[in-house]
Amino acid sequence: MEPQALFDAVKAKFGDAALELQVTGFRPAFVVVAPASIADIARFLRDDLAMRFDSLMCLSGVDYKDRFAVACHLYSMRHRHAIGLKAYLPKENPLLPSVDAVWPAANFMERETYDLFGIVFEGSKDLRRILLPEDWEGHPLRKDYKYPDFYHGIKV
Amino acid sequence: MSREPAQGAVVPPPAPGSLGPEAHVMVGNADMFVNWSRKSSLWYLLFATACCGIELMQTGASRYDLDRFGAVFRASPRQSDLMIVAGTVTHKMAERLKRLYDQMPDPKFVISMGSCANTGGPFYKDSYCVVKGVDLLVPVDVYVPGCPPRPEALIDGILQLQKIIEKKRNFAKKV
Repeated sequence: MEPQALFDAVKAKFGDAALELQVTGFRPAFVVVAPASIADIARFLRDDLAMRFDSLMCLSGVDYKDRFAVACHLYSMRHRHAIGLKAYLPKENPLLPSVDAVWPAANFMERETYDLFGIVFEGSKDLRRILLPEDWEGHPLRKDYKYPDFYHGIKV
Repeated sequence: MSREPAQGAVVPPPAPGSLGPEAHVMVGNADMFVNWSRKSSLWYLLFATACCGIELMQTGASRYDLDRFGAVFRASPRQSDLMIVAGTVTHKMAERLKRLYDQMPDPKFVISMGSCANTGGPFYKDSYCVVKGVDLLVPVDVYVPGCPPRPEALIDGILQLQKIIEKKRNFAKKV
């Protein structure tokens, strides 16, 4: 399915929750959605017979300095097409509904995004740090992250 | 054990009230015997943290055969004499590494293998998570440079460590 047709289908079902389609400079094209409805749209993209996005290839965070984004790369094993799903989040207190009920593989990637960007996924099955120690302070992939001088008495 | 002084052994002059020169010869030989047995059975901990571990496995495998120097891997720190830190050590791993080192019985030795374990290597400048050298955590006896070192380099490091162990004085005082 072409990105424009896919975006129109999402737009027809969810209305204003589908914000825009980013085609130039992105491959696959990105459907930008409202953060509150990302879980519903994800479930629609997985279950709709014309979409069948059964594979979550990647879920990652982005820091644009003035705002965050969470990007999901989806692929359909049945129809052999791909699309991206993106939600922009505010710099202060970024919250996003979790999609690990739709794709269980999302859990580890959401934990990584939480660990490195501090984006909180509401309704996640298990949201803990995954790469860094449990008592680490801050989220290192944020642009304004300040390196600590010492960690447990060892120079960083 | 022979009562004759060994070839090249240092025989200090008898101190007042000592048991005579033979006692000193006996002590010197005990040191040599203990050091010889220690250096000939350097059992190393099966412990790798990054790609240097692949070279460590190659060194232990049949082609380079570390076994011929008496070094075999043990899966438990309680049975190990030598820790070969093979690879990048992160701050999360640092506590585990320190604990493994503390679990090893004395005498224990550490070889730092590769640039990451020596200094932090490619992660030296801009990394929040990598420990900049394993000598910040545990005392290191031999540093093996390389990224990663070839098996020959690691074998040379083991031989250097054997030379260090040969010079240890366990019973006799330094003369």
